[in-house]
Amino acid sequence: MSSIKDIFNKKGHKALIAYLTVGYPSVEATLEMVPLIASSGCDLVELGIPFSDPLADGTTIQRASYHALQQGTTPELCLEVAQKLSAEVGIPLVFMTYFNPVHRYGLDAFCRDCALAGISGLIVPDLPPEEGAELEEISRSHGIDLIYLLAPTSTDERIALVAERSRGFIYLVSLTGVTGARDTLPQELESFVSTVRKRARQPLCVGFGISTADLARRAAKVADGVIVGSRLIQLLEEKDPAPKVRSFIESLRSALQIQSMISGTER
Amino acid sequence: MTENENTMKLPDEQGHYGPYGGKFVPETLMPALSELELVYTQACADPNFWEQFNALCRDYIGRPTPLYHAQKLSQKLCGAQILLKREDLAHTGAHKINNTLGQGLLALRMGKRRIIAETGAGQHGVAVATVCAMLGLDCVVYMGEEDIQRQSLNVFRMKLLGAEVRSVSSGSRTLKDAINESIRDWVTNVRTTHYLLGSVVGPHPYPMIVRDFQSIIGKETREQLIEAHGRLPDCIVACVGGGSNAIGIFHSFIREPGVKLIGVEAGGLGLGKGEHAAPLVAGDPGVLHGAKSYLLQDEHGQVRDTRSIAPGLDYPGVGPEHSYYKDTGRISYVAVTDDQALEGFKLLATTEGIIPALEPAHAVYHASQIAPEMGKDKLMVVNLSGRGDKDISIAAEVLGMSL
Repeated sequence: MSSIKDIFNKKGHKALIAYLTVGYPSVEATLEMVPLIASSGCDLVELGIPFSDPLADGTTIQRASYHALQQGTTPELCLEVAQKLSAEVGIPLVFMTYFNPVHRYGLDAFCRDCALAGISGLIVPDLPPEEGAELEEISRSHGIDLIYLLAPTSTDERIALVAERSRGFIYLVSLTGVTGARDTLPQELESFVSTVRKRARQPLCVGFGISTADLARRAAKVADGVIVGSRLIQLLEEKDPAPKVRSFIESLRSALQIQSMISGTER
Repeated sequence: MTENENTMKLPDEQGHYGPYGGKFVPETLMPALSELELVYTQACADPNFWEQFNALCRDYIGRPTPLYHAQKLSQKLCGAQILLKREDLAHTGAHKINNTLGQGLLALRMGKRRIIAETGAGQHGVAVATVCAMLGLDCVVYMGEEDIQRQSLNVFRMKLLGAEVRSVSSGSRTLKDAINESIRDWVTNVRTTHYLLGSVVGPHPYPMIVRDFQSIIGKETREQLIEAHGRLPDCIVACVGGGSNAIGIFHSFIREPGVKLIGVEAGGLGLGKGEHAAPLVAGDPGVLHGAKSYLLQDEHGQVRDTRSIAPGLDYPGVGPEHSYYKDTGRISYVAVTDDQALEGFKLLATTEGIIPALEPAHAVYHASQIAPEMGKDKLMVVNLSGRGDKDISIAAEVLGMSL
């Protein structure tokens, strides 16, 4: 199992994180795309286990989840996919899913099987720290990080709570809204990230709405990593997606590298 | 009931009802839930708030609603005396208005002038649109595409009241998906918007707040019973979708072990066929829409599609407090099929001249089955949570009548 914290260890390096829904448009596509993304400069991949009611997601990931479920994608199948991928790619893999499939699988069985499949972390967007104590403890015992989220609406008190309990990194939701590609990021992003920075020692990764190299660079100016999801899924829906996915990930990687160099000089 | 249950406060500080309830929502919404809880706590302690609420209950909703002794129905069934709590006579034609009025006043206190809501049967949507018109608030109602078709009268009413009705075409295109869309809107506009949730479901503090505003039904029932009959009832029957009318009437009697409480879920085409909406009778615990509760789900934890002739019951989840009382045994839950509900619908129309909504028609049917087993000196209350005008076209189609 690759450790999440290692991807933030290289000085000045900005982490690039990609999200894919397992089984969309097919399991074969997931098995093909993750190694391609990894070899194009991505540091960590979030594998989405589809859920019937993805209430934090916009239309792109809703559609992907719906189709993946129609194809028969189950948590068991996602674990099999993860096992194959973790043996093949050298970067950490985390699962992103809603709480009910995990609850149904059984928290302990799920974390055990995640560990066996080489999964390094879990992101559960409908599980705030108030409800997360049990999964936190169980995932920890299996060597898996439970990554919590913060949003622009989070109060100082909540930032302190998440800073105390998130493992691996903190997922900063860039905007008040659901997932989905956007043309701009909110004005307040910089101040949001620096507010969290004052209270948290974990690496901070920004996601939601990041759809271009420009937006990635702007987020990376203040954050330790950026997360792309919906835009990537849109590319998978195009004809002959592999070269497009590769060039998209490479463009993000080089934008982040330029940003690291600029930040390095400024320092 | 154990001593512990008698004295225990539900929910606890974290919004849990035993193992159920809680706040399973995206981080973005957590501060808004805390704000709502705080504003509600302050309102609870403010006599002016309740004065205003009670005055509007009386003058605007028309409360108290009558407790009507359905003598002809009772005679026909040859058993318990059946009393109908006439929530169908409340303004807008259902109990939903009790909660929308209360939450509308809370939204004013929070300074949030945009209201969003989900609706299944359209009764909650109409009640929200009504209160928003009266309080001068902007209103957007999310409604499943399928429900828009089968409840067109209520869609028209909402539009007439100035609300924007947004059609939801994702998933099963019913209540569950309307709630998903409402939550997505709320995540996006949380700073300016109050989500006026219509049942005792969702994250804490909603199940508590909705229960408290709906508990006026049970409080009135209790007073009316004492006045007319000098005693508490033997049994209360109410339909359960999310469960707000049921919790509303049951709440004042939870600590009265002599009063049997029965919740009636939607059996759809029958429990054996798997096409129903009866999570308490045939589901198991899971997490949907922000709370842990009984849920209809497959073996992988995916939420199942539901089926009921009554759009207001067509929901795979249920309020966490109901889940708690199912486990403790304080409330019994049964399921009534579509066909049986239609029998209840016709029975009440022909014997008492009251056309119930298809939702409480489920409760009427179950009452008609158990009343004959009870003595004529027994008192049974049925919560008639809404009137049936909205359902005329569904009923006509199923009964093979033309309008």
